[in-house]
Amino acid sequence: MAQLDTRQKLEILADAAKYDASCSSSGTTKRKSAGGKGIGSTEGMGICHAYAPDGRCISLLKILLTNSCIFDCHYCINRKSSNVRRARFTAQEVVQLTLAFYKRNYIEGLFLSSGIIRSSNYTMEQIVEVARSLREDHDFRGYIHLKTIPDADPELVHQAGLYADRVSINVELPTTGGLKRLAPEKSETRIEGAMAGMKSAIIDTADARTRYRSAPRFAPAGQSTQMIVGADAATDGDIVTRASSLYGRFGLRRVYYSAFSPIPDASAVLPLQRPPLMREHRLYQSDWLMRFYGYQPREVVAAADPSTGMLPLDIDPKLAWALRFREHFPLDINRAPREMLLRVPGLGVKAVNAILRARRWRRLGLDDVARLTVSVAKVRPFIVAEGWRPVALADKLDLKPLVAPRREQLELFAA
Amino acid sequence: MRIVALTAPDDFDGWRDAARALVAARVPAGEVVWQVGDVPADLFGDEAVDLPPDAPAFAVSRRFVDLARSVVMHADPERFALLHAMLLRLIEQPGRIEDMADPLRRRLEDIAKAVRRDIHKMRAFLRFREASDEQGERFVAWFEPEHHIVRHNARFFVDRFNAMRWSILTPELSLHWDGDTLREGPGASRADAPEGDPTEAVWKTYYASIFNPARLKVGAMLKEMPRKYWKNMPETALVGELIAGARAREVAMIDTVKPATGGNSEAAWAALREEAMGCTRCPLHRPATQTVFGEGPVDAALMFVGEQPGDQEDLAGRPFVGPAGQVFDAALAEAGIDRAGVYVTNAVKHFKFEQRGKRRIHAKPGVGEIDACRWWVEQERLLVRPRLTVALGATAARSLTGRTVTIGKERGRPIALADGTQGWITVHPSFLLRITDAAQAEDERARFVEDLRNAHALLQD
Repeated sequence: MAQLDTRQKLEILADAAKYDASCSSSGTTKRKSAGGKGIGSTEGMGICHAYAPDGRCISLLKILLTNSCIFDCHYCINRKSSNVRRARFTAQEVVQLTLAFYKRNYIEGLFLSSGIIRSSNYTMEQIVEVARSLREDHDFRGYIHLKTIPDADPELVHQAGLYADRVSINVELPTTGGLKRLAPEKSETRIEGAMAGMKSAIIDTADARTRYRSAPRFAPAGQSTQMIVGADAATDGDIVTRASSLYGRFGLRRVYYSAFSPIPDASAVLPLQRPPLMREHRLYQSDWLMRFYGYQPREVVAAADPSTGMLPLDIDPKLAWALRFREHFPLDINRAPREMLLRVPGLGVKAVNAILRARRWRRLGLDDVARLTVSVAKVRPFIVAEGWRPVALADKLDLKPLVAPRREQLELFAA
Repeated sequence: MRIVALTAPDDFDGWRDAARALVAARVPAGEVVWQVGDVPADLFGDEAVDLPPDAPAFAVSRRFVDLARSVVMHADPERFALLHAMLLRLIEQPGRIEDMADPLRRRLEDIAKAVRRDIHKMRAFLRFREASDEQGERFVAWFEPEHHIVRHNARFFVDRFNAMRWSILTPELSLHWDGDTLREGPGASRADAPEGDPTEAVWKTYYASIFNPARLKVGAMLKEMPRKYWKNMPETALVGELIAGARAREVAMIDTVKPATGGNSEAAWAALREEAMGCTRCPLHRPATQTVFGEGPVDAALMFVGEQPGDQEDLAGRPFVGPAGQVFDAALAEAGIDRAGVYVTNAVKHFKFEQRGKRRIHAKPGVGEIDACRWWVEQERLLVRPRLTVALGATAARSLTGRTVTIGKERGRPIALADGTQGWITVHPSFLLRITDAAQAEDERARFVEDLRNAHALLQD
């Protein structure tokens, strides 16, 4: 094979990395480059430096060290039996690329992952070497996210956590059966064991830092994971339950969902299967309901269709919940407690906080609510305000056509 | 009219000092003309403001000060007067700073939000180009902000690019950092910035490669990266061709990986069947004995989809082995089709029944159950890839097409399925068992065989 230059390698290894949904650069400690000999800073809140036409944020240089792999996971484009072009970066090439991009303000930092070559330990050593060189040789203070390998030596994984802001291990599939079928060389026990080890390291070092200021930081932006949606038999109910158990057991910052596009071993006449993007979107919405709106996992599951276990695709899960549990509405916007206001379809966390502050001074009418929300039409059937009571709307047996988005709009989002 | 002259468009301190005096003198907001630099804002304003030297001190909340700092940076010429009006109101009712539903408060909040967004977008979308000189590496950026935010953002860039020498040029103001001190200069033009940077080609390669053409969402991109920022971002030159070529790249993506799964379908089918054995996607798994998965060669050109396993299938764990299965086998033989060469499965993989005494009576699966189980049928069809799929009865037709089908209307002719292959709809063999009139039963049976024969003939073309 002819020697590839950096640009050709980048083409292959960025292409191979795009199936990882995460590009977040948030949640870490504040750092500056002042007083150092290098560059880089972090703000706590991440920055998206560009957006691709797929609507995704480009915050980090997201690449694989190599897309060669000794594993043969069926859902993965880089599996051993796939015939994609292979390439491999040296650690120094990644370091130079990261710095060149960072200096031009293209990125917040690096998200490095890799196919497994030779052995898990060898691969992990290479990943850690990139992070070490950036931090130690170049005093780089930007964001680093490292994907760690569950089977690697715990000492190597620990080093990764010392250099990185965030570490992650993908659980890959929501069900054990799915993992067994699609990633036969991976094991749920090993993946979860590694996540548990990571959690205790994060807690231990955070604890040490409260007592010794000089104690080293360990992955200050925590750990995250990703699972593929639509490749195994898991229902939305199964996925929501699994995600909440992962959040709880391993102290995860985020669970990412990646809509799976089946890549059939088929003739060219077989049309392509588009990834189930709307399903992925609904799962993210339910994730937000649990993280910011105080919904219990079983409540999100209750918003799903009881016979299929699937969340509706045409309306969001919050609206689905409200339509299913109509007895809670309408809520008096001037009296209802915060946790109930958060359940009103169309009211976000910011709007609810603004309502709570404003109503300390006066009673709020519908026009006040309109100034605090994007669409008062969506909120109206579910609230009582000064001079407003939705009698006609709330009594209608079928409220859904009044509040659900129109079909044409849905198609637009689904495209 | 009174005139207040501020030194710069983002002169917060100047505004604060003047506002303090104006509020102390209870001057209404409408009587003040705010002027930036030497530019007269209003020809009729002619009275210089008279500031009382010892204005009584008053306190406003931290929230208002923060709000005012942001609002002052906005381009709207009314901003100073709006803040003044808000301040007068807060003197009377300090708590009203919390009332976001108040129209004036809301307007100021929207102004502050636009400023915060502009600040953030400058940090995100500014691009440096290398302009190294005899002293070494140096970087220069050209940026056109919407509001007066450049001075505010200086700290961010100093903190981030501390060990680097750089300049940020904007139409109103330029910033220069030499690694040690920050210097302000006058406004510049695009021509003062370097024309290009070889690294931009590498960056564009990254931008094109990280984009997933299977997930095109142009609206989401435009919402966060509006066109007004594009002219100073090198990668946006690619957007048009990336969108236009998305479909072709999607096809290529799938072509690249296509041959790789080959030869593996037997193993994949066995793994799929094993996973299906533990299926709990709908409540039918509870009373049923076992999952009854499809069977037949995984490279079959013809697939039959029935309704659901019956009493005997549920116990045997194989599809079409009971009475309906015998009718089916006989009809296949008469139509000249070898059952060993076709793949046979069911739309619903668990037996649904009502217990009556000792007998388990077949119950029709509901739409929810059909849709829950559809996932398995789709996986089977993805693996087997039959050229023709025959739906036996309404349940199978629903599973295959996703809609409710009237058998009488659509039977006996090829229909196009969503994946581009052909489908065929006919009755379920159990329908033949339920006909009591012997002559009619024979007629229907012959029609069923005819359907199978015609379907099979499609494959010979």
